Amino acid sequence: MTIEIARHWRLKSQRYQLVGEVCPKCSNKMFPPRDVCPECADDSAQPDFKFSGRGEVYSHTTVHNPPDGYQEMAPYTVALVKLEEGPLITAQLTDVANDAVKIGLPVEMVTRKLSTQGDEGLIVYGYKFRPQLATA
Amino acid sequence: MRDVSIIGIGQTSVGEHWDRSLRHLAYDALAAAMRDAKLERADALYVGNMLSGEISGQAHLGSLIADFAGLRGMEAIKVEAACASAAAAFRQAYIGVASGLQDIVIALGVEKMTDDVGSRLTAGLASAADADYEVIHGITFVALNALIMQRYLYEYNVTREDFAGFAINAHANGAGNPNAMFQRPISKKAFMKSGMVADPIGLLDASPMADGAAAVVLCPTDQAREFTDNAIRVKGSAVATDSLSIHDRRDPLWLQAAQDSAQRAYRQAEVTPEDIDFFELHDAFTIMAALSLEASGFAERGQGTRLACDGEITLEGKIPITTRGGLKARGHPVGATGLYQIVEATQQLRDEAGDNQIANARLGMTQNIGGSGATIVTHIFERVS
Ligand SMILES: [Zn+2]
Repeated sequence: MTIEIARHWRLKSQRYQLVGEVCPKCSNKMFPPRDVCPECADDSAQPDFKFSGRGEVYSHTTVHNPPDGYQEMAPYTVALVKLEEGPLITAQLTDVANDAVKIGLPVEMVTRKLSTQGDEGLIVYGYKFRPQLATA
Repeated sequence: MRDVSIIGIGQTSVGEHWDRSLRHLAYDALAAAMRDAKLERADALYVGNMLSGEISGQAHLGSLIADFAGLRGMEAIKVEAACASAAAAFRQAYIGVASGLQDIVIALGVEKMTDDVGSRLTAGLASAADADYEVIHGITFVALNALIMQRYLYEYNVTREDFAGFAINAHANGAGNPNAMFQRPISKKAFMKSGMVADPIGLLDASPMADGAAAVVLCPTDQAREFTDNAIRVKGSAVATDSLSIHDRRDPLWLQAAQDSAQRAYRQAEVTPEDIDFFELHDAFTIMAALSLEASGFAERGQGTRLACDGEITLEGKIPITTRGGLKARGHPVGATGLYQIVEATQQLRDEAGDNQIANARLGMTQNIGGSGATIVTHIFERVS
């Protein structure tokens, strides 16, 4: 249980704030953060880069048979979202009907409950994406 | 480096073996392969398996199976590369013999899946993906493939129907394989009417989970005659990796590890795709069959479904695939699948494929895919006599 909490706590700036990294050598923007840039193999310390959280749906599907910890949300839509800064990110969509999702839909990041884990019912929070509000 | 040949093959039927545990399934295939090679001992055993820890609560399969098979003391280890575990185990066996360190080596793939068919199995299969950045979002193995297929339909302007030929061909060929889980043909109408599993993947796009075990015995080609007169040469062998997650790929619609491992295998074998007589590819989902054909050089990018629509993948076609039913009809016992492919390729090259025999097959290729394309193992085999 303690280890399980540490595993999620460690990732809190990614999960809550979409903090990735930018390569000091080739300016590649990465999410999730890495120790070595996959574009140029630079392994010097990489400054944090906070993504805007805006992007569009690159692909999507609906999960009907979820793994343990996700049953209460099913059926839910998972997507690959193309962030406006470049990277693709895997996440659930929220605040939208499953059959209303189309490739190209503009979306923005929100923080939501991701799952309920283990016998103690540990709740894990993190990013999901919803359709961009008209004013955004 | 020594030339290497297959001198024995063995397999269990694929399906729900309620009465056989993991160790029994493994022994059945191993014993059959050793009988086929007329062997009583071997130098080493490489066991391909993905889920024994998750489903059976059992790790440490090398020792378990060597001991259970009466081979206590022998060098034996498990090799894990998700759904590509068995071909990865074969690759290790090949390296052992080719290097000269080992002479008689067994590669075995075994998976016991039906002891847990619920959400724990779903979670176990998903562990092939990125736990922190894919799985935490409730992604499943079928959903990962659905994300690829959805974008493929959009990008290349094809429809679900264009994938029907892959499933129809696999089931037609499964009908001639006594070890296949499904031995009945399906119609295009049935394909189109099958329910959605994860849009756009329907039930008949997806391979079934199952129990099974398959094994081969390898030895140096110059010793093969002592055991058999129908040895099959390993002419090309390669493993390549890509990013674990789909979102980290430069092009999520391109299996870079398939291209890389296929090109290395072609180079080693000194052949081109035109020389390959049949191809046992990894049709866990119909989209994977299309991507595999494209990245391995049998179709242009975005054109993989054309081969299925034009009938070029049947036993009489230009490039027959899944000639014994593939993952779709033979079944997909994940960590054993790669060795079923190799056993089936060996049957074709020995003229032992029965109703599914391809006339004059001389060169066969197998390709085993781990996860959504993160580990891909390609082999090329040749009939010697
Ligand atoms: Zn860089």
